Amino acid sequence: MEKRARFSSTWLGLALIVPQALLIFTFFYWPAGEAVFWAFTLQRPWGGGNEFVGLQNFSAVLGDPVYWRSVERSFIFAFASTGAAMGAALTLALLVDRMLPGHFIYRAALVWPYAIAAPALGLAFRFILAPDAGVVSFVNKLWPGAWDPTINGFDAMVAIIVAYSWKSVGYNFIFLLSAMQSVPKALIEAAAMDGAGALRRMRDIQIPLLTPTLFFLLVLNISGSFQDAFGIVDIMTKGGPARATELMVYKIYFDGFEGLDYSGAAAQSLVLMSLVILLTFVQFRFVERRVHYG
Amino acid sequence: MPKASSLFSTVSAALIGLAISATGAMAEKTKIDFWFGNSGDIAKRVLEVCDHFNKSQDDFEVVCTSQNGYAAALQNTIAAFRAGKQPTLVQIFDVGTLDLMLSNAYVPAYKLMADNGYSIDWKNYLSGVRSYYATSKGDMMSFPFNSSTALLYWNKDAFAKIGKSAAPATWEEAEADMKALKDAGYDCPMAIDITSNESWQLLEQFSAIHNQPIATRNNGYDGLDAELTFNKTKFVQYVTDLKRWYDAGLIKLKSEKAGEDYVTAFAAGKCQMTLTSVGDHGTITRTASPDMHWDVAMLPVYAGTERKNSLVGGASLWTLAGHSPAEYKAAAAFLNFIGQPEQALFWSTVTGYIPVTKTGYEYMKSNGFYDKAPGKGREVAIASLTASEPTPITRGIRLGGFLQIRNEVGNALQAIFANQASVQAGLDDAVARGNAILRRFEATYKGATLP
Repeated sequence: MEKRARFSSTWLGLALIVPQALLIFTFFYWPAGEAVFWAFTLQRPWGGGNEFVGLQNFSAVLGDPVYWRSVERSFIFAFASTGAAMGAALTLALLVDRMLPGHFIYRAALVWPYAIAAPALGLAFRFILAPDAGVVSFVNKLWPGAWDPTINGFDAMVAIIVAYSWKSVGYNFIFLLSAMQSVPKALIEAAAMDGAGALRRMRDIQIPLLTPTLFFLLVLNISGSFQDAFGIVDIMTKGGPARATELMVYKIYFDGFEGLDYSGAAAQSLVLMSLVILLTFVQFRFVERRVHYG
Repeated sequence: MPKASSLFSTVSAALIGLAISATGAMAEKTKIDFWFGNSGDIAKRVLEVCDHFNKSQDDFEVVCTSQNGYAAALQNTIAAFRAGKQPTLVQIFDVGTLDLMLSNAYVPAYKLMADNGYSIDWKNYLSGVRSYYATSKGDMMSFPFNSSTALLYWNKDAFAKIGKSAAPATWEEAEADMKALKDAGYDCPMAIDITSNESWQLLEQFSAIHNQPIATRNNGYDGLDAELTFNKTKFVQYVTDLKRWYDAGLIKLKSEKAGEDYVTAFAAGKCQMTLTSVGDHGTITRTASPDMHWDVAMLPVYAGTERKNSLVGGASLWTLAGHSPAEYKAAAAFLNFIGQPEQALFWSTVTGYIPVTKTGYEYMKSNGFYDKAPGKGREVAIASLTASEPTPITRGIRLGGFLQIRNEVGNALQAIFANQASVQAGLDDAVARGNAILRRFEATYKGATLP
């Protein structure tokens, strides 16, 4: 018969949870509750009256074609930046794991981008990717007008995807590298003895055994990219040109704080929250099946 | 016991000391908070103005804090107001005017000054400035503080090369000048931007000087049921021309996001003309090379137009509700102080902003401010603001959600310039979306009447 350790003191457990619960309540449930209240009324910015309008805010938001385009853009941004960040991180982690010359430096340095605040990053990339004076401007000297994120929507989208992925690569890299340490060396050595090359070993052994971490990072990256991209969009493009980079989260900020349309922004943020919850649910339901839990 | 008695005496001495200092503190000045939005150099100037006031008398003290941006100042004040911790005075920019006017969150300027015994000659304020911040009956709700208007900045050296010594007065003339500049080898005859709130220069100022409406109901002054109309006015012609000039390479788009905004480009001599606020006059004076000769002129109009007054830009000072009479006394004293001609001279000398009162302007003229640098040229801004008495549609703009509407205009211009939409279609779209914003605003303030 198995003996299981039981923790006998319930009140101690609860008491330890209370500070954290208080924080979650204050910084999530309470504001979310207010947002729900605001989403069903029309709020006057300075107070002094609000009118219950039922689902009118939601129908206004969901009936707006511009809003659906920003949803589409947010999806494109989420998948493109997740793909780029995770792809780059996986490649780098696999290479560092092979202990190629210089791997010590890469291990340490590759995580630093994650520590940079999004606005600082946005400012740096705005300069790097500036069409006339930036580091990439030599492209415009060879083919005039080839790169212009200020007037070309596609270029602007590429610019924010590059900036955001650059930041996330470090985060993904650290997780993948440490997950690779748990892949049994014996398996890899056995495969090497059987004649499998480095690429074959990566494809058949390391990556399948990394799928739990990959799945975890997929969920985190996708849900994070719906929200964390705000700093980068605000500094680099402000949603332009002609709305090409207006992500859902930026639209919420602009309509709410600058446009003073608190109710519309609250409705939009509820829609965003539901979307992210739905997306996460879909990932757990359909993608988790393909994860090999060792 | 010796220890306890010495402890007792120390404690009682401390308490007596505290009591004495507390009674001393009873004769303290009334302190009020003033939140403003300017940042950088201008923020330092505002603090100097506050300092002058504090040093000029002993009864009141005003504590001035920069909120680092007009939008941030508005948001922070709203949040503070909802928490009951609002400042007494706050600087709100033109776009935030209507939301505040329709709330019960402020004390009208005319009422504040009358209640505290100051008799202000409201007619002393320049009519173009007064009409923006006044009720439909002409009573002023807030105090204009940093006022500006839009001007055409032009590079005299470049114009000399094409044989001209005066700025273009009409857009037809401007087009010919830009072509000549381009032929003379100048890469950027004019710089504009369409990514931020340039709707101010391009739509609002343009419409005012051409006496064109931006919305029905006299730009919203007469009711909350106004509708946008700029897709049917001369503005359509203007946008068509701007696009044509952009396609011909006569206009370049310069924005901060591209690395260099149009003011910087003009000051560096890269672009030969630009349209921006008189507030940038000081900046360009300081940052342009001393060898560059440049000047300002009124915005060009289309030939045959009878020029009307341009609109005032910038921000005004509002007194918020929920404070004590003593604090309102302090606020009134401060507002009276900054309205004095000497303070107007100081303020307009150290910043590019223009005096908002007739006496302030006369005082500055008599002091020779407009005869030499850095003031020379800024009187053009006053001339532009007073080009005519305000007509019903050049009083100002009183539309809700206006920041979002400006954003719609900006997006429409971007789509037009990127060839994603024709001029008429783009502007029609902006008007449709803008009207949706106005209707939403109207529904939010159901039953409210405009003051």
